[in-house]
Amino acid sequence: MQPTDIHNPNYFHKVVDCQWACPAHTPVPEYIRLIAQERYTEAYMINWESNVFPGILGRTCDRPCEPACRRVRTEEKPVAICRLKRVAADHKGDITQYLPKVPKKKNGKRIALFGAGPASLAVARDLLPLGYIIDMFDRDPGGGGMMRSQIPAFRLPKDVLEEEVDLIVNMGVNARYNYEITSMKEMLDMDYDAYFVGTGAPRGRDLELPGRKEVSKHISIGIDWLSSVAFGHTTSISGKVIVMGGGNTAMDCCRTSNRLGAECVTVVVRSAFDVMKASDWEKEDAMAEGIPILNNRPPKEFVHENGKLKGVVFGRVKPIEADGRLKYVPTGEPDVFIEANHILMAIGQENHCPWIERNLGIEFDKWDCPVIDEDSLQSTHEKIFFGGDSAFGPENIIWASAHAHKAAISIHLFCQGKDPKHDRPPEAVNLISQKMGLHEWSYDAEHDPSQRHIVPHADLKRSLDNIKVEVELGFDEDLGFKEAQRCLNCDVQTVFTEKLCIECDACVDICPMDCITFTPNAPEAELRTALTAPAETLDQDLYVSETLPTNRVMVKDEDLCLHCGLCAERCPTNAWDMQKSIIHIPQLSSYAE
Amino acid sequence: MTFVPKPKARHPLLKTNEIGLTRRDYEAIVSTLCAGCGHDSVSAAVIQACHELSIPPHQFAKVSGIGCSSKTPSYFLGNAHGFNSVHGRMPSIATGAYLANKELKYIGISGDGDSASIGLGQFAHIIRRKVDMCYIVDNNGTYGLTKGQFSATNDMGSTSKRGVPNLYAPIDLVSLAIQLGASFVARSFSGDKQQLIPLIKAAVLHKGFAFIDVISPCVMFNNHEGSTKSYSHVRNHTEPVVDANLIMPRDEIAVEYEEGTTISVPMHDGSKLQLRKLSDSYEPNDRVSALTYVQKAQEEGEIVTGLLFLEEDAVDCHDILGTSDTPFNGLAQENLCPGAEKLVQINESLR
Repeated sequence: MQPTDIHNPNYFHKVVDCQWACPAHTPVPEYIRLIAQERYTEAYMINWESNVFPGILGRTCDRPCEPACRRVRTEEKPVAICRLKRVAADHKGDITQYLPKVPKKKNGKRIALFGAGPASLAVARDLLPLGYIIDMFDRDPGGGGMMRSQIPAFRLPKDVLEEEVDLIVNMGVNARYNYEITSMKEMLDMDYDAYFVGTGAPRGRDLELPGRKEVSKHISIGIDWLSSVAFGHTTSISGKVIVMGGGNTAMDCCRTSNRLGAECVTVVVRSAFDVMKASDWEKEDAMAEGIPILNNRPPKEFVHENGKLKGVVFGRVKPIEADGRLKYVPTGEPDVFIEANHILMAIGQENHCPWIERNLGIEFDKWDCPVIDEDSLQSTHEKIFFGGDSAFGPENIIWASAHAHKAAISIHLFCQGKDPKHDRPPEAVNLISQKMGLHEWSYDAEHDPSQRHIVPHADLKRSLDNIKVEVELGFDEDLGFKEAQRCLNCDVQTVFTEKLCIECDACVDICPMDCITFTPNAPEAELRTALTAPAETLDQDLYVSETLPTNRVMVKDEDLCLHCGLCAERCPTNAWDMQKSIIHIPQLSSYAE
Repeated sequence: MTFVPKPKARHPLLKTNEIGLTRRDYEAIVSTLCAGCGHDSVSAAVIQACHELSIPPHQFAKVSGIGCSSKTPSYFLGNAHGFNSVHGRMPSIATGAYLANKELKYIGISGDGDSASIGLGQFAHIIRRKVDMCYIVDNNGTYGLTKGQFSATNDMGSTSKRGVPNLYAPIDLVSLAIQLGASFVARSFSGDKQQLIPLIKAAVLHKGFAFIDVISPCVMFNNHEGSTKSYSHVRNHTEPVVDANLIMPRDEIAVEYEEGTTISVPMHDGSKLQLRKLSDSYEPNDRVSALTYVQKAQEEGEIVTGLLFLEEDAVDCHDILGTSDTPFNGLAQENLCPGAEKLVQINESLR
């Protein structure tokens, strides 16, 4: 293998699995260390810079970081990264002094943002400090988009939402609420310098089955119904409720129904339990509230009598794995009938832009999605950029933040007459030694073997009685500290300097995870089997040194490294050093000042 | 030294041996020796060897004297028996322990000070008595614990850290062991575990006195340019002459060597020790020829390594003394001490 280029920003970035997996590349270990030091405000600001909505995401994020966490591989349960983010948000102090300054004198460029959801808000936050004039349009009476309309209050309290939304709006956004955009052409005629479309995926899918038309007044589309609950138009639901669908919207629908007075709620899913789209913890929370989830039941027919819904007939299937994909085949058992008075349809949603005229130079692909450049998020109309769910379909809030940072850079480059795709600033990496003394490191190197701590919940009866009672209570400072100590500090890298190594084997002998091997060089596949412990996780890199005096190379399997620093402690010549990698992900804020 | 304990977490794919233990089960507390000390590599090699032998840790006894080397039994086989004795007196303790219980596997760790200076007399006599043990000397040619004076194994002309040359000729423990009748004599290097681990395994299984001289650099005081026991000097002046490979009963013999270069020696537990000659003129079964070769190479400044001498069908002190099959510590009081009446009878028979 070729020697590893550790100055390629991606190399050590990949070692920080959580940061690599996070769409917004939040420097997770850095803020977790700050939480352990009770420096909540700074921890919050690190989050705020990367993902813009730490308090909201600390409750609602889809957590792509957690399955990536190295602790999943070294033991089983990841660090509760998401809930630690919430700890930072819950315990932070005054953040005013850390906020970017917005110049009074504007730069004369006017930007229109469509939608007041996470994507538009984050774009606004990035652009405002550079003096842009921001007009934000939304059909709802307040900002927040789907964070307000679709996430129930028992998961995301209103004050948490409003704090983070208002923070941005109050930076100087001209918010135009209750503004239904009906024509893109009309908006283009207003002659803004650039446009950002962050209107989300606002159309819930429907299901055409026999009886659908006859019972339409008993069927609600999940996201529309949640929105109507959020804005106080719907305050109750009665009788027996069936929620159809297996995603997070379905979980929100069933738990909301449970709180609004439904006699009984059943979730019925076409697919198997394990492959449901809903996050595991959402499924667990729904089941903990006594809601049954029935799987492998595709709906067949809405049964009605005199225009009244009686229930739904479901078939029975079982999943069979064929060519690595799940296929559902009928079991042959008789169909099941489930009684229902109301159905909530939560089987997916789409980005849908009927208000964009198709003759404006904005190309749409065969799925009726806008054609967008993945690097710049620019559409085929040079002034128009997309982000969030409206760009590539339904995702999570964290993706909206990630898109927004990209789009903000693009809009800035575009307004300066530069190419949003090719003039983008590069990523970079800095490495800083953490050695403070003979055996002292600036981070808590010792491995904490404790198990993941469980987030306490509010009393079940109390939370079922009131939709505004937040179910999860979050970690207190003590539990937050304990959970923070589980972080392996994967951003404190093991950096190897060939010319200092005397090949004494001290690092090989001490490494608790058998990561390090000195061996003759070979092609990667061969090396992976030649190590002290086989390196079977193929997407985890091998760190390979230059050839050493004995004609061997040092090979370190990054997979299971605990970043305990013992290799560096036992190294007599400092050939190993623990160095913090700071990954510079370009953001528009670096253009400010 | 390190203050952070080694985490208990381990690689999920770490191999288990025949009795279901991983290498980590043969470890002990973290070493307090200097970072990069060769002795720690020797400890790691002992851990690996004992793990590969699939002998439970509690069936070992570790004995040592005084010195950096003699501290190391604390750092391997945490669940074994052990005795850290007086300076240079490990052989006496080992002899006593072996007489009392011949069923344990004995690993003695000593250093060049412990065995070649203060304990040289003890070293000579344990060889003569043929105690069945694996006796390892961590040989760094210096008194590291007292800040770097030359030891008795330091080569003449080799310099101290400050450049002062050693004026005395070295004692070569390997030559001494071959001459005094050890039935298994080897030399290796702490920086070459591939050679060292099979040697330790074979030495543990060998019936009779097995000696391994391990050159183990002292990173603090004897790892500089003028030293003949530094990592780089040893790497550049090593001549491996006989490769040893222990083949356990369950192993299949994967490699077939050319005829004439390989000697296969059956061990007591059913495994086989395969010796592969790397030098045509080397005779590992001939005491005189082996001794001559080793001494000649030493004169030329070369370090001969590998399994240097092996006596097949060796005997140990219990064979010589004709003791009972049951170890002494397993005998009842009346068998160990038959009483005054019996003594009278014996005395009478000798008159």
